[in-house]
Amino acid sequence: MKGLFRFFSKDDNKSKDIAKERLKLVLTHDRANVSPKYLDMMKDDIIKVMSGYMEIDEEGIDINLTRMANDDDTYTSTLVANIPIKKIKNIGKNNG
Amino acid sequence: MGEVFVITSGKGGVGKTTTTANIGTALALEGKRVVLIDADIGLRNLDVVLGLENRIVYDLVDVVEGTCRLRQALVRDKRFEGLYLLPAAQTRDKNAVSPEQMQKLCDDLKEQFDFILIDSPAGIEHGFKNAVAGADRAIVVTVPEVSAVRDADRIIGMLATNDIPNPLLIINRLRIDLVKRGDMMNIEDTNEILGIDLLGVVPDDENIVISTNRGEPVTIDEDSMAGTAFRNIAKRILGEDIPLMDLDEEDTFMDKIKRLFGINKNRKN
Ligand SMILES: Nc1ncnc2c1ncn2[C@@H]1O[C@H](COP(=O)(O)OP(=O)(O)O)[C@@H](O)[C@H]1O
Ligand SMILES: [Mg+2]
Repeated sequence: MKGLFRFFSKDDNKSKDIAKERLKLVLTHDRANVSPKYLDMMKDDIIKVMSGYMEIDEEGIDINLTRMANDDDTYTSTLVANIPIKKIKNIGKNNG
Repeated sequence: MGEVFVITSGKGGVGKTTTTANIGTALALEGKRVVLIDADIGLRNLDVVLGLENRIVYDLVDVVEGTCRLRQALVRDKRFEGLYLLPAAQTRDKNAVSPEQMQKLCDDLKEQFDFILIDSPAGIEHGFKNAVAGADRAIVVTVPEVSAVRDADRIIGMLATNDIPNPLLIINRLRIDLVKRGDMMNIEDTNEILGIDLLGVVPDDENIVISTNRGEPVTIDEDSMAGTAFRNIAKRILGEDIPLMDLDEEDTFMDKIKRLFGINKNRKN
């Protein structure tokens, strides 16, 4: 049965994808030198601020600290946030 | 004027010493003058991997303390023209050498050699600081596993703070069978996570065990996958544009037959 299950299982059940996801998460914390809790606090604050302007999909939020290459071969730590928007609020539109 | 490369990883046992010995040999075979420094003081290893353990008289600590001349401590590898080893001290601890002394040593060696490769100890403490002190560039070795990649990432960060900003990555011990069935991170995965330039990929190869038993770098084994990988890496360091090798050629004849009939061996388990 196990063999059959694996045969039909989706790609994201591969152990290497689990490894990759776990690594991405742990490196976010390692690189920022902050606890997961600290990053969660920041995430909550970002949501709070943005919610004033748009309706966002809180479940779909993905915040990562990655390394980006510069033109001169050096690297800069960069915060990459993927925040899915459900709806932009209308307030303020055409008012000014 | 030579260039100093430090070979480092954070985690132990991922292949730093093997990599240093083999890239060094390959560069010497390309006609370069190369010296390999074993910076793993107290845990000397590069000598046995190279098969030079019986030729050591003086070591790195003797040089920095002035017990002998630099020239006297260099062990010439008689098999490969231009290849030398500066062994680590075995009975001293890491604090016997300072980063300033390492810097001075590297500057002296640059006058005489094209390439100085430093085999770094595991860890991020004193030994690491010594190993990077005189380095112009860094090669980060990792294996495609969670703990090793995490440590490699940490090391990349530390290299940046030590003014070695653009390290090169070697992915060691890649197992194509595991990669194919999704049980090992592939080249792209590892590269994407670490985000630095890839210098090469070395497959997991039993020839490394065999050649290490003999004290002969696998680089000289023309038929081995790992040997070819290391020769390619040396050529890339010399500026040649060599594509990554096809790691698939290890497929047996039966694998090919099975594929022909649509039996995918990677789906079996
Ligand atoms: N590509 C490889 N294939 C098979 N075995 C390897 C490979 N690279 C390294 N090894 C083995 O792994 C062990 C650790 O390698 P070593 O170079 O001593 O690591 P480090 O210097 O990082 O501690 C050694 O026994 C070595 O023979
Ligand atoms: Mg070692």
